[in-house]
Amino acid sequence: MNGSKSFEIKVGQLARVEGEGGVWVRVKDGKLDYVEVNIFEPPRFFEAFLRGRPYLEAPDITARICGICPIAYIFAACRAMEKILGIDVPEEIETLRKIAFYGEWIESHVLHFAFLHAPDFLGYHSALEMARDYPDFVKDAITVRSWGNRAIEITGGRAIHPISFRVGGLYRIIRREELELLARNYDEIRKKGERLLEFILNLDLPDIEYDMVIMSLKGDREYPVLKGVVANNLGWEFPEDSFEDNVIVEQKKYSTGLHYRLRNGRPYITGPIARFNLNYDLLAPEVRDILEKAGYRAPLKNTYQSIVARAAENLHAIIEIGRLIEEYSEPRAPYVETAIRAGEAAAIVEAPRGMLYHRYRIDERGKILYANIVPPTTQNYAAMEEDIFRVGNLILSGPPEKAQHIVETTIRNYDPCISCSVHTIKLRIIRE
Amino acid sequence: MSRDGGKVKLAVFKFSSCSGCQDRLIDLGENLLSLTEKVEVAYFLEASSRTDPGPYDVALIEGSISTPHDVELVKEIRKNSRIVITIGTCAVYGGIQALRNWMNYQEVVKQVYPRPEWINSLEKSTPVSDHIKVDYQVSGCPVNELQLFNILKQVLTGRRPYHRLESLCQECKRRGNACVMVSRGIPCLGPIMVEGCGALCPSYGRGCYGCFGPMIDPKPDALAMRLEEIGLPKEEVIIRLRGFTSWSDPIRRFLERYERE
Repeated sequence: MNGSKSFEIKVGQLARVEGEGGVWVRVKDGKLDYVEVNIFEPPRFFEAFLRGRPYLEAPDITARICGICPIAYIFAACRAMEKILGIDVPEEIETLRKIAFYGEWIESHVLHFAFLHAPDFLGYHSALEMARDYPDFVKDAITVRSWGNRAIEITGGRAIHPISFRVGGLYRIIRREELELLARNYDEIRKKGERLLEFILNLDLPDIEYDMVIMSLKGDREYPVLKGVVANNLGWEFPEDSFEDNVIVEQKKYSTGLHYRLRNGRPYITGPIARFNLNYDLLAPEVRDILEKAGYRAPLKNTYQSIVARAAENLHAIIEIGRLIEEYSEPRAPYVETAIRAGEAAAIVEAPRGMLYHRYRIDERGKILYANIVPPTTQNYAAMEEDIFRVGNLILSGPPEKAQHIVETTIRNYDPCISCSVHTIKLRIIRE
Repeated sequence: MSRDGGKVKLAVFKFSSCSGCQDRLIDLGENLLSLTEKVEVAYFLEASSRTDPGPYDVALIEGSISTPHDVELVKEIRKNSRIVITIGTCAVYGGIQALRNWMNYQEVVKQVYPRPEWINSLEKSTPVSDHIKVDYQVSGCPVNELQLFNILKQVLTGRRPYHRLESLCQECKRRGNACVMVSRGIPCLGPIMVEGCGALCPSYGRGCYGCFGPMIDPKPDALAMRLEEIGLPKEEVIIRLRGFTSWSDPIRRFLERYERE
């Protein structure tokens, strides 16, 4: 089947991705001539039914867009609303938010790199199969992931769709003693986090190098989680409010997720690999030591190495939670109260999968008039399609099963969370 | 309970939802590993690329039915499975995305997509039980993982699962919470919602917003009256009830009447 024949590979349902998706690759005269990353997650229309709802509900409702990263949705919504209302949350509340946010990174990253992604590089269908040969790795991963969930539970009330966070702060103050429950097994978790990272660094990852355009928040003194300026490796830097001026969006006939590119038309990658490459110096020094001992440092060269960024961020998150708990003092009031006023604002946070953008407009009674949500996965679609073109030769040179595996693995590098097929901005019509 | 005395074949399917409920299975962690001696995970796309075409002993379904394709697929699943269990508020009641059921669908699509004509979706997001016979339901947004585990264990050992359906108030009392509505005048849907979350919101000083859905035989009329008494304008009462489980039978029927009154 090398070269001369035309054929199609259809991966109807992608396994081991969050949500549902498919890929369509067409080969003509021995060349890849068409690639479709097909998102058939049913549209859920969040931005439409948010209209008319009270502003306080935005965090609780948008959390339901994604069961893997509800915390990111909650805080993007909170921050946008707080900007509209002119609320500055105190340091103590910021600390609790970071603990929850890092908990979510751990929960999401471990799920992906250990259970969904590592099996690709070791030739297994699932983590359950992998557990027979690598029981320690899988057990460590389960324990660390539960700890991440626990961090969300302690600060948020429950691990998925937590209920304690609100615009302006929390519904009740989280006590120091509660956080100490989490600190109790910090040492053990940190060791396991190190072992998980070392395991990933020992995987045989493709060493190819190519031109990636990456974009993420850039931290000032800290690795970016809740806020930052938007930056990419082309030297652009802009504030979160002008995000929509710097990207273009298109709707594809085959997909319920909209596709994003930079305003110059180039696809870009958002997510751990982008954060890692743009903020490497802000990673905990202990994490960088382990990476560098194994011969890794920024910039990572290809999306297969995103698994390295994830495992590194996981350890960074563990270390940060430890530090934040020590630093924590209880706030005087659970939340900042303020008068409601009309306005519009945007906020970007770093969800586990990359930049998550929320924009809202509310009226003087606090009713939502307009909402726009841009999840990270939709920003990555164009880059995913470009990546598949890039590994075209690998796809063409092997048997069909192998080709299918390569396509799936390439998509999985992005940890696509396809349930976030929410969507709106400027229209560019695609003529097919 | 397996067909041939071997392992029980378990399948997990997802429709319109956030994946949070099926992830609870992964969160069961070592508990789940302990089941693998009795259970074969035959179909679970999020966790494994190995898929078995069935038939299955037990099918778990997450998500609501919201596209023409969903309708076909869910019927296939029913034919192919001995026991069907819906998990989570989307599968059981249509989910938060059923908020669109109260709106003009054409407008909704236009607000979100530049090319609405390319979107192939049903006007309404509906519960799985509107389309096929469902054997057991576990609601929650997300489902409580211990409830889920207990029901799985009972079904897998061939028992009829037992699942409490009393109101959130009962759970709140057992936890020793002061009632947020009585003591602080905070609107709470607890009196008509089912327990299962651990009365979380009232424990954090906020009112229940009903993400687990109605209790058995709820009295939304009485709650609406009470909410009006504590000073909530009618339109706010409607907004609150028209929330996470607005498409459940008792709440939908009440709202349709109440809005006209």
